[in-house]
Amino acid sequence: MSDELRTILLEQVDRLLADNAGPDLLRANERGIWPERLWAEAEALGLPLALAPEAMGGAGLGWDDAVALWQVLGRHAAPLPLGESMVAAALLAEAGIAPPSGLIGLAVGSAPVAWGRRAGHLAVLQGREVALRAGPAGQEGRAGYARDPADAAGPGAALATGALPADAGLLAGALLNAARIAGALEAVLDMTVEYANTRKQFGRAIGGFQAVQQLLARCAGEVASAGVAAATAGRAAARRGLAGAEFEIASAKVVCGEAAGTGAEIVHQVHAAIGFTDEHALHLFTRRMWEWRDGFGAERVWARRIGAAALARGGDVLWADLTGRDER
Amino acid sequence: MGALRFDLRDTPPEAPALRAELRAFLADHGRNWSPTVRGYSWMGFDRDFSREVAKRGWVGMTWPRTYGGGERTALERYVVLEEMLAVGAPVGAHWIGDRQSGPLILRLGTEEQRRDFLPRIVNGDLAFAIGLSEPDSGSDLASLRTRATKVPGGWRIDGRKVWTTNAHRCDFMIALLRTSPPPDPRAKHQGLSQFLVDLRSSGLTIRPILDLVGEEGFNEITFDNVFVPDSLLVGKEGNGWEQATAELAFERAGPERYLSSLPLLTAALDDLRAEPAAAETVGRLLARAGTLRQMSLAVAGMLQDGQTPAREAALVKDAGNDYEQALPETLRNLFDPDRTPAEVQEMQRVMTMVARSYSLRGGTREILRGIIARQLGLR
Repeated sequence: MSDELRTILLEQVDRLLADNAGPDLLRANERGIWPERLWAEAEALGLPLALAPEAMGGAGLGWDDAVALWQVLGRHAAPLPLGESMVAAALLAEAGIAPPSGLIGLAVGSAPVAWGRRAGHLAVLQGREVALRAGPAGQEGRAGYARDPADAAGPGAALATGALPADAGLLAGALLNAARIAGALEAVLDMTVEYANTRKQFGRAIGGFQAVQQLLARCAGEVASAGVAAATAGRAAARRGLAGAEFEIASAKVVCGEAAGTGAEIVHQVHAAIGFTDEHALHLFTRRMWEWRDGFGAERVWARRIGAAALARGGDVLWADLTGRDER
Repeated sequence: MGALRFDLRDTPPEAPALRAELRAFLADHGRNWSPTVRGYSWMGFDRDFSREVAKRGWVGMTWPRTYGGGERTALERYVVLEEMLAVGAPVGAHWIGDRQSGPLILRLGTEEQRRDFLPRIVNGDLAFAIGLSEPDSGSDLASLRTRATKVPGGWRIDGRKVWTTNAHRCDFMIALLRTSPPPDPRAKHQGLSQFLVDLRSSGLTIRPILDLVGEEGFNEITFDNVFVPDSLLVGKEGNGWEQATAELAFERAGPERYLSSLPLLTAALDDLRAEPAAAETVGRLLARAGTLRQMSLAVAGMLQDGQTPAREAALVKDAGNDYEQALPETLRNLFDPDRTPAEVQEMQRVMTMVARSYSLRGGTREILRGIIARQLGLR
């Protein structure tokens, strides 16, 4: 997708979410109220199928475009299972199965399915197999931190099956969550800077205190790192496919996961008691950052994977491997 | 987040061939570098080595041919820098001239200064030091007091500079000096000017300062009525603060702000196979290294496009310093004195000590975070 088209699309999605999403919708999500209108608007823009090729009714967006779009979703704390549905459609298409329209629940291994209860279809990934099933998912559940609907896929008959490269579901999910974390981090940093500039103590804005400035500067470093890590992973996947981008996707999940932890710690510290309340919107973001860093492999999982690979390759080629990925 | 943007950049198409050339060169010349040499990396000074680097066209490689440069791209230069740093090459004898003194002369120097200095930097004959800090002016740099007083035909310098890396081995320094008193105490950034100072001038004495590693890395320089001709004023009189600040974008932007301790990870990796906890730690270190590299490349790309990404550079330096400083400490927890090779342990010890300087040199962590905070809009 050209830079210009991408910018237009991102602005469109950002405006859609700015106009229709927000704390009320996030709270409604947590009570199990389906974001009917927002989903309809997203469908009207063709977003759920956007990653599928045009021949399958999609827009043929690349993984790099997807990361940019998911970052926008993250900036609004993603009050709908759009990212998951996009991944499900992309993986079905990659396995040669035309993705159906409507919400496709993404079921990777035994992980819960976001809004599975509303899914018209499910993409169930086990090992290298992907199966398209009729929805909805069986047993209703709730995500631990985000409290959004997260349901168990349960058993069911396949409408179609196909094969994918190993770990395709996990990799795509990790990419999605890394991008959403990067976006949410931008949002909470902005909220916190604004708060620090308005909240007065000792006769001045707390943002004027060096102790607070140092914290937020460190947070900005984590926010920038997360954004670059996610974008790098998206670029690598667009160039070399999910399997060929394992190092970058793993890195993004590690860096964004670490940044989610550090970032949430800092923004809560600066917001102090008001940010600890249910009433304030901060936790609507930070709880999702904690959710996303655990989902599709926590930092530990991905770090071990690329660490073990590097140890097996040895010190002599460490630097060559690090610099060579985009120079072949 | 303000206007901070990091657009991904690819390394240039020349990169693979350039890397192959550099790796062969560095394997050859680096055979006998001790763990201490590698631990010092770009603060290490080896004029013979720098001349060999220069012979291959890797100093001043982006500068115009008129001045001996190679007219290659900033991103090709970036490849050279990161290859040097990845093995801890002792590049100090050409690093400062190539990174900031040369570019400053190129940008703001007179034609005469360019013709005089640039070809000698390119040849590896002229090593530069940075004359900023003073005994009473560290982070509060603009409070500096070393004074240049106008005399017929030039200026007389009196005062002291300190922490000047490798000055006792260098030929010239670019010094930031006070040429007129500030109009009022809050406007101390005014009245400063930059000069090219010959470190062998009469009246100038250099006293090496032993550092905590046991090396003579930096110095105190005393100026006692040192004469500098008018022709060696750089840029505009009184404009020194703006010039030096722009220079800091170059100083802070490079891969040396996250790669200083990477040679330790490379050296330690094979030993770490015997440590079960190593995979996760190594994975986290690599994830960060790859990300910092992309951030650093993004800044290099902005420099290539002619921008002055001072604030982006401050952010990458701060994040990079955290990383390179923590690395020796992190790996230490995985080492076993009975198992880990002696030279790896030695490099770890050296880097643990040298790493204290990472978050001090080129602007302390606290100053950088102040710059970032202002960029965020905090007052």
